[in-house]
Amino acid sequence: MHYGGKIIIGIVIFVGLLLSPFVFNVGKAYKQPELKLPANEKKCVESLEFMRTKHMQLLNEWRDWALRDGKRVYVNHEGKEFEISLQNTCMKCHKSKADFCDKCHNDAGVSPYCWDCHIQPEGLK
Amino acid sequence: MKNNRRSFIKLAGLAAAGLCVAPKATLASGGGHSPVKAGPKAEHAKRWAMVIDTRKVHTEEDIKVLQHACHSVHNVPDIPTKQNIKWLWSAPYEECFPEQQNPHLDDDVKGRSYMLLCNHCENPPCVRVCPTKATFKRPDGIVVMDYHRCIGCRYCMAACPYGSRSFNFGEPRDYLDLTKLNTDFPTRMRGVVEKCNFCVERLAKGLQPACVEASDGAIVFGDLADKDSEVRKVLRENFTIRRKPTAGTEPSVYYII
Repeated sequence: MHYGGKIIIGIVIFVGLLLSPFVFNVGKAYKQPELKLPANEKKCVESLEFMRTKHMQLLNEWRDWALRDGKRVYVNHEGKEFEISLQNTCMKCHKSKADFCDKCHNDAGVSPYCWDCHIQPEGLK
Repeated sequence: MKNNRRSFIKLAGLAAAGLCVAPKATLASGGGHSPVKAGPKAEHAKRWAMVIDTRKVHTEEDIKVLQHACHSVHNVPDIPTKQNIKWLWSAPYEECFPEQQNPHLDDDVKGRSYMLLCNHCENPPCVRVCPTKATFKRPDGIVVMDYHRCIGCRYCMAACPYGSRSFNFGEPRDYLDLTKLNTDFPTRMRGVVEKCNFCVERLAKGLQPACVEASDGAIVFGDLADKDSEVRKVLRENFTIRRKPTAGTEPSVYYII
């Protein structure tokens, strides 16, 4: 085998790198991020399950309803009404982007671009 | 039933008809309930329009006040270069009305500064050229942008005959006073075009546009389609012109001369 030694060393390094995340995390139990939930509000716009799995779809729909259709009041499944606004509705209860949004987003490795334009409740620096 | 070609075609036809009707039927069975509606205080119109009385607002200082009202509400940065962002600005007569330049024009009219903003055209060329439909015309005539969709191609800037659009060459937040932002309204980001939105977010709450509110009656805003509205009354009683009529865009912003 030509260059056998080099090839085998290469494969060993490659497999090592490939498995390094698993080796690095072995024995550590996954800990769910701990969110800071609003203190004085128990119910979100929709149910907890829905918000957990579908908040991105809801935000997309909210954007189109408010901006394109000019309908800025959302009526939820219980008939309660909310102003359609990320800055003025969502973030009025969830008073901290760092303690709420970022916790899961960082954990899941996603970086939505909401805050490139929208102003987080902590303010800008 | 005998399984022959005839019965198969019948069944296929029936299934196709069902597929056409099904979406409508499910919608109807849901009671046609829509989870959204307009706010209780929202202002409605068939066609929003603005009339600017240039006999009352005609100096740089007058327009600066209105510009400040607009730009502070919408978090528009002030960039001290050619890359400045403007929703509302001022220009002399020859820039504002290049097609209406008679020789020996009235010194008073020629000497005024004119307030400029997006004209919210009836036939907006910016909407026609936008490849992503980030710019669109609402049913009430307001030409607005969805900044989420803008890819920064700047076709709209080339198409607009009035120079009403500005491009964010850099990060606009670098030029904003971050302690004085209006936290009810977003900023923009690098790489999108922006312009006046006739204060749709204020109309949705029953408020008049920021410049109208700051103008002390010199600017009238209302429904052009309603013949009893104040804009129609002002248009009836005064001589008005619009910018670049030959462009055929039918602006909604009128100037009392």
